[in-house]
Amino acid sequence: MTSLALTRDRIARVRPGPALAALLIAAFLLLFLVVPVVQVIFVAFQDKTTGAFTLVNFADFFRNDLFMRSFANSFYVSAMSVVVASLLALPLAYLTMRFEFRGAVLIQSLGIIPLIMPPFIGAVAMQLLFGRNGSVNLLLRDHFGVSIPFMEGLNGVIFVQSIHYFPFILINLSASLKNIDRAMEESAQNLGCHGFRLFRRIVFPLAMPGYVAGASLVFIKVFDDLGTPLLLNVNDMLAPQAYLRISSIGIADPMGYVISVVLIACSLLALWVSALAMRGKDYATVQRGGGGLAKRRLKPLELVAAYAVVLLILVLVLAPHVGLGLLSFATIWSFSPVPDAFTLKHYQTVFTESGQYITNTLLYASLAALLDVVIGTAIAYLVLRTKLPGRQWLDYIAMAALAVPGVVLGIGYLRSFYGVPMPFTGQPLSNFWLILVFALAIRRLPYALRACTAALQQVSSSLEEAAENLGATKLRTVGRIVVPLMSGGILAGFVTSFATAAVELSATIMLVHSQSDAPLAYGLYVYMQSAAGRGPGAALGVFAVVIVGLGTYLSHVVIERGRRERGQDH
Amino acid sequence: MNHQFSPAALAAQIQSVGVDIEGVNLSYGSNHVLKDVNLAIKPGEFFAFLGPSGCGKTTLLRLIAGFNTAQRGEVRIGGRDISVLPPHRRDVGMVFQSYALWPHMTVRRNVAFGLEERRVPRAEIERRVDAALDLVGLRHLADRRPSQLSGGQQQRVALARTIVIEPKVLLLDEPLSNLDAKLRVQMRQELLSLQRKLGLTTIFVTHDQEEANTICDRIAVMEDGKVQQVGTPQDLYDHPANLFVAGFLGTANVLDGAVRDDGAGRRVFVGSGVTPVALPPSAGADAAGKLMFRPQNLIIRPDGGPPAPGHARLTGTIRHREFLGASIRYAVDVGGQLVQVDAPHQAGDALLAPDAPIVLDLAADKARLLRP
Repeated sequence: MTSLALTRDRIARVRPGPALAALLIAAFLLLFLVVPVVQVIFVAFQDKTTGAFTLVNFADFFRNDLFMRSFANSFYVSAMSVVVASLLALPLAYLTMRFEFRGAVLIQSLGIIPLIMPPFIGAVAMQLLFGRNGSVNLLLRDHFGVSIPFMEGLNGVIFVQSIHYFPFILINLSASLKNIDRAMEESAQNLGCHGFRLFRRIVFPLAMPGYVAGASLVFIKVFDDLGTPLLLNVNDMLAPQAYLRISSIGIADPMGYVISVVLIACSLLALWVSALAMRGKDYATVQRGGGGLAKRRLKPLELVAAYAVVLLILVLVLAPHVGLGLLSFATIWSFSPVPDAFTLKHYQTVFTESGQYITNTLLYASLAALLDVVIGTAIAYLVLRTKLPGRQWLDYIAMAALAVPGVVLGIGYLRSFYGVPMPFTGQPLSNFWLILVFALAIRRLPYALRACTAALQQVSSSLEEAAENLGATKLRTVGRIVVPLMSGGILAGFVTSFATAAVELSATIMLVHSQSDAPLAYGLYVYMQSAAGRGPGAALGVFAVVIVGLGTYLSHVVIERGRRERGQDH
Repeated sequence: MNHQFSPAALAAQIQSVGVDIEGVNLSYGSNHVLKDVNLAIKPGEFFAFLGPSGCGKTTLLRLIAGFNTAQRGEVRIGGRDISVLPPHRRDVGMVFQSYALWPHMTVRRNVAFGLEERRVPRAEIERRVDAALDLVGLRHLADRRPSQLSGGQQQRVALARTIVIEPKVLLLDEPLSNLDAKLRVQMRQELLSLQRKLGLTTIFVTHDQEEANTICDRIAVMEDGKVQQVGTPQDLYDHPANLFVAGFLGTANVLDGAVRDDGAGRRVFVGSGVTPVALPPSAGADAAGKLMFRPQNLIIRPDGGPPAPGHARLTGTIRHREFLGASIRYAVDVGGQLVQVDAPHQAGDALLAPDAPIVLDLAADKARLLRP
């Protein structure tokens, strides 16, 4: 009896199919995420010549003025970007949540437009608009005799990053404001609290977790970003230093690894702070019925002020797009508010010279996105639908990629795969283009995984049991019921992964070995290095924006359609 | 091929088989959910698992379908042990509480699913699906999506989807709980007539005693992972085996008592306010027990005359009353224990007032002595 019970338990717990899938995924994550990152950390603590454990590298890092200045600069830029992004996001969130405001649709699009342009693409255009001799300062100097150093040094990075990343705060803050039940506010009023006290004691604390989540995300993104400072020629920050050490001195130099460890540590710290702020504070208090705070109509003067704020932010947000568009059509644009004349030749240049960049990008990004949704769906299924021991770890490890900056992953790949020769050609494995696809897939996996997990959570497990009950095997059930029902979420995950992988620069720039293998983001970086390349670079940038914009729109459509269909079920 | 594909032919295809559950034990970690369950369900029977939530009834049903694994014991269908078979090879049709209709398929595709998985030829699938939809009266809605159907229609589709594969056993997991009250009464009659037509052995899980009583041949009352009693509805109501069954099916008065022979035969002595109750000879020889009887077993004696032959006498005070329409339920304090009494009501009858003294007769042969 006992032995029978044991075999039955085993039959129930471990089936060969899921176990095999789990092993394959674990091997992939181990090889392309864990090993490279551990390698980086390992080297940072190793003596360069003897290979023994040492803290000398870190001592060198903290004694070096340039590195300390870079560290301070990265921290300052990230913190200031959070502040400026908050200044942009707070009034917008408050306007939509508190008032009957027709401009709410406008504000919603404000939350998306910046995200469809990667910050490093807009950086050069922003220099032409807001730089020392850019359009705005030229006009200001001519008419008022003043100029504003928007783009001087670190200011430029802060300016570009906060315009790009403020939607993260806007989205999170709006969501948590929306989740506050009106009764929370009304009961405070009922007990005699009103006005600013009400805001400070009830509304603000309830919205705090959402704000912290958004702010910490902005902090990490800015801290880790390589492309924007690089394109703005700000090199005394951590990520650019890591890149420059490795690319100029070589992969044997320990400093790049030490900087990588510092980058990871700061990412983890920011994630930890955000987790701390969220812990035990699931403040979604909406009961049934209408949620959100009480809204009131704006008085005429307030309305004017509200529109002024929204329009001002809209102009700022659209500036990089407009600038990039102008630049891509400009013959010469220097020391003048607008270009001298317009031409189509940059697009022609891009098409004739750089078609390779675009096809590479489409190939890499779609392969990476495909890999992401396949792995994401598999992990979601393993975690939610099987009892495989250790299945949670697949989820944890895949999500850990969030804390690994692109430049660190790039360095890790170089270190781990440079010494591995490829069969037949004998080239280093790290030069192989597929390695770049894997790097992109690992970078975007957390987002795809969350999309797939959410999609599977929407599928009631009784739908699967019904299929098995009617004679379908597990595998057939996955094919005929689970995947079709998840398809909306999977597609949304694919499109998001695709669109963001298409413009990834941090890891790409480390791993691109030859021009013929380079994707669009790298080509853009190369173009922007010279004044003559700006026009074609901008044209390439417009392509990037179109790809990301289309992708974002598509995933929005897919998600909305899914929501409508589910809505009909009730 | 001798399939006729009419509803009547579908019924002819089905051979009734019995379900035997033997010594089944199931635990989730340290949580012992099913404790040595033994049941023999006869071929063609409409059988219910009845019990409060958490009693293990759904776990037992899912065990038969193969979605749970027992640590010990076996389940036999038509004499064959199916314990180690995966769900898709068990040939037991289950209708889920939520119906579990696939939203991405039409009604027709939903019903055809099981036949497709069995590699039935396309033409035959079409005919059998039509026959199953005819059986539940929904053929005209075959091309709709489940989300375009009402709750009752969805239920019928779920039923058609299950019986089209001609399962050996039909499992129904609280199939009526998502319907409104009126539809529930209608559907349970439809279920019963369908089951009778097909002769399909059916197991019905419910927490609603009225549902179980009205349509099931026999009921297994479950509590705390154990089968408390198996029997026909009337059997369970009239002769409950223990206090749980007595209390779960209908209202029960329960009084502490001791059995003694005081020279006038073996009688139950309850305490002040109750004269000793004579026991039928069949009652067990336990020295102590609980005296159980139904509210309608008591007769109010306004005159306060001597008890009728074979009746015990209860005297007490009315605590409160509930007007139920057909009857009035009085709660009476008898020697410190509360007893419920149902008095039939006619228009014009006067109600007794709270705090008034009351005299009651209990027919001794209606009372049961249950082990505590």
